[in-house]
Amino acid sequence: MKPQIIRLIPLAVFVLLLALFAAPLLRGVDPAKLESAMIGREIPDFILPAALPEGHHFDRDDLAGAPAIINFFASWCVPCQAEQPWLAKMAAEDGIAVYGINYKDKPAALAPWLEKHGNPFKAIGADEEGRVAIEWGVYGVPETFIIDRGGIIRLRHVGPVTENEYRSMFKPLITEVMK
Amino acid sequence: MMMRIFCMLALCVFMPLAAHAVQPDEVLQDKVMEQRARAISKQLRCLVCQGEDIDESAAGLARDLRLLVRERLVAGDSDADVLNFIQTRYGDYVLMKPPVAPRTWVLWMTPLLVLGAGFVLVWRMLRRPARKGARS
Repeated sequence: MKPQIIRLIPLAVFVLLLALFAAPLLRGVDPAKLESAMIGREIPDFILPAALPEGHHFDRDDLAGAPAIINFFASWCVPCQAEQPWLAKMAAEDGIAVYGINYKDKPAALAPWLEKHGNPFKAIGADEEGRVAIEWGVYGVPETFIIDRGGIIRLRHVGPVTENEYRSMFKPLITEVMK
Repeated sequence: MMMRIFCMLALCVFMPLAAHAVQPDEVLQDKVMEQRARAISKQLRCLVCQGEDIDESAAGLARDLRLLVRERLVAGDSDADVLNFIQTRYGDYVLMKPPVAPRTWVLWMTPLLVLGAGFVLVWRMLRRPARKGARS
């Protein structure tokens, strides 16, 4: 009786490991996309010059008292093009303020890019050195944050916002923070 | 033939040097502080490449973090302060060696538990000697 059970142990361990590894794959979790340490924390202090010559500078005070989307992007970043329509949708239909932080970019390259792909941003700050990105725990572009009325970071998404992310993550949380 | 051997040897000697990602303009004047910066950099993961530490990574973010580490050291931070500064922004994963804390006990204890279970198994098998040919 007993040895038979023992003989089943390797199989049980195998099935357990299989389930452990298969679960995230089936849920579509990309292990390279990291959970942000900033979730639930207050937004970091920052002041950024305007990314466009005619633009407004962008700092922490702009975010006081209202929920907002913060999008780290660059004109050299190809996936950033894909999410522009979704950011525009958030700004237009969901009525949330969308701000851009232009990561390691050149003003000369930014203006034509915005013309081509749309400009949903209320203000765009230029993070030429990428130092503000480090303050936010950003490790690449695009990354998108949702902050609530109290200036608390509620969500960080790594990679472009597509229809799937918009419906499953952004829309529900935007509705919640806009209440 | 001699030339070939010489080239191979030269490659072996100089290849590891080429692997250094730290650029000359990043290096601090203060030798002791530079040593500390190198040691700290080896403990920080490059989140772009994820398998490398920032000391050996050529990624842009790794360079930014190397410069930041040096800047904090020059500003008078201790090694722990610098690591803490980056960990609070990037999380535990940025440390090449995860911290020992209640939330990581499972991580640290699992190998010990498995090893312990192995010992118990072996011990029990050794203790149950030669019941010759006895099956079930």
